[in-house]
Amino acid sequence: MMLSSDAPLLEVTTLSKQFAVRRRFLEAARRRSSAVLRALESVSFAVRRGETLGVVGESGCGKSTLARCLVRLHEPDGGGIRFDGQDVLTLQGSGLRRYHRRVQMAFQDPYSSLNPRMTVGHALAEAIRFHDLRPPAQTLARVAELLELVGLPTTAAERYPREFSGGQRQRIGIARALAVEPDLLIADEIVSALDVSVQAQIINLLLDLQERLHLTILFIAHDLRVVRHLSHRVAVMYLGSIVEIGETEQLFARPRHPYTAALLAAAPEMDPGRRGTRDAISGELPSPFDIPTGCAFRTRCSRASDRCAAVRPTLAGAGGRMAACHHPLS
Amino acid sequence: MAAAAPLLSVSDLRVSIDAGGGSWMLVDGVSLQVGAGEVLGLVGESGSGKSLTLRSIVRLVRAPLRVAGEVRWRGANLLELPERQLNAIRGREIAVIFQEPMTALNPVLTVGEQIRESLRAHSGLDRPGCRKRAIELLDHVGIPAARARVDDYPHQFSGGMRQRAMIAIALAAEPKLLLADEPTTALDVTIQDQILKLILRLKAELGMSVVLVTHDLGVIAQSCDRVAVMYAGRVVEQAPVATLLREPRHAYTRGLLDSVPLAGHARRPLRPIGGAPPAPGERPAGCSFAPRCGYATEICQRTPPPLIAVAQEHLSACLHHARLAAEEVRS
Repeated sequence: MMLSSDAPLLEVTTLSKQFAVRRRFLEAARRRSSAVLRALESVSFAVRRGETLGVVGESGCGKSTLARCLVRLHEPDGGGIRFDGQDVLTLQGSGLRRYHRRVQMAFQDPYSSLNPRMTVGHALAEAIRFHDLRPPAQTLARVAELLELVGLPTTAAERYPREFSGGQRQRIGIARALAVEPDLLIADEIVSALDVSVQAQIINLLLDLQERLHLTILFIAHDLRVVRHLSHRVAVMYLGSIVEIGETEQLFARPRHPYTAALLAAAPEMDPGRRGTRDAISGELPSPFDIPTGCAFRTRCSRASDRCAAVRPTLAGAGGRMAACHHPLS
Repeated sequence: MAAAAPLLSVSDLRVSIDAGGGSWMLVDGVSLQVGAGEVLGLVGESGSGKSLTLRSIVRLVRAPLRVAGEVRWRGANLLELPERQLNAIRGREIAVIFQEPMTALNPVLTVGEQIRESLRAHSGLDRPGCRKRAIELLDHVGIPAARARVDDYPHQFSGGMRQRAMIAIALAAEPKLLLADEPTTALDVTIQDQILKLILRLKAELGMSVVLVTHDLGVIAQSCDRVAVMYAGRVVEQAPVATLLREPRHAYTRGLLDSVPLAGHARRPLRPIGGAPPAPGERPAGCSFAPRCGYATEICQRTPPPLIAVAQEHLSACLHHARLAAEEVRS
């Protein structure tokens, strides 16, 4: 596969985000020292042009907060985001508007992000008009082209979101994101709610769109099978941090971080012959209000030592293969 | 099938609803057997009728849904049993757990009280005895510091712990059969792994049978002995788990398996099933899967194909099962 050796399209450095939660809503955390939820903790990575970077992790790992920071639905507390060489966090006005055209997001439930009183054609046309992408006379033709691109009949333009099935709505959500011709698509759990046969249709659509439009994709999901299938590289997150990042096949074949290994071992394999060959990871996810000191994973890790409690490991490694672990698997 | 008489035998189960001037079959003639100590998986996509089938076994479906057929349990037909007798079986001999424990647990009772409720109804223990047993059960299903957590309310538990608590309640009466409706679907993968292993461990310890409803073929592969695949309200294929995954004999099962991304084939197009399952009111006259099926021929459109034995312990309702078998040999 050809990836240009240019500077990365997106570069995230030491990004952090905390949420202060009002105390009275915090029954579960009342005995704890602070009411601050650390959603992202010094997250750094880069996305190359034309690649799919998968971001995988369990609930509360910060993957959706990361996506929201990238499109500035949340303002991060620290760190930087550079897109195509530009500092994203200082953008405003027309610069921000341009950024929002070039970086689009698709969500797990497209129904909640589509206006129920607007026909599909109207919603697509609005996006095209807002960013002034086509002369008015060509807008309708472009709407038809977009519907075709995502495998919907052009008659879909006349209908309302409620008239479509889950898989078709996801196609509409993708068409809506692509309407403004973005360079980067952030896909947040977009196949998670779909039945497996429909999920496969959307996976094929993403593969096809990436090739045709030279899209760069940040693919966020909890399903390891799907992430493995779609991503050139994968970042594994745990409690707000990236614990490992690398080329997909290397990372799946030889995980270096014990959490990555545990996550892979927990995913149910399709082969009944390999049942019960791997141990379940112990314990529950710690509360994000009370993240362990040092390495956040140490409370569930069989390799943890005193050093893991004292010193927070940082991503280290060579050849694009990095893990944040004091005792990595070899 | 199990060598001895099955523990549970479902015959020609039908669940219907009157709507739009007609009667729609949501579950259409399902027959299943569960042997002692066996784990039977019911797999299918949304709307296939798998959850309704499971719930109908203990009549957990309400009007306007109508249930017909026969559910044989220890000599009785559960579908005809008076409510009082059914209640004595439900919870004691047959327990049920659901996908979302928060909606099944009572939010204003502590977890311990809910376990004790189950124990009081189904065992002869006194109050202190019940409390002691409740703590034992919580400990047994892997809740840390069970003695302290027994007085917590469900909202103080995480999703995985709620599912453990629900399993503890279900197991309080030491049932012979556990009906599990997507018990791990809402959970993270590491917690799902723990819960599945817990169910299998308890099954072995208590000698229970399990019927597990799921949409995840990986979960099926990791936990079931035998599998029934459902599509549009019918069982379309049934076989031991390894056979079903390696040698599917129904075009729908084959399509499901081809839809799952496999290691080593990254970034290659999958072979998904086109279209979507038919709504209950729009099922075709013949095989329900025919409109989406690459193997379908004219004969498939006529009458629904019967579920017949295509090999030992292997049932399929696909008229083209021999073609599927022949293709396998070639590939």
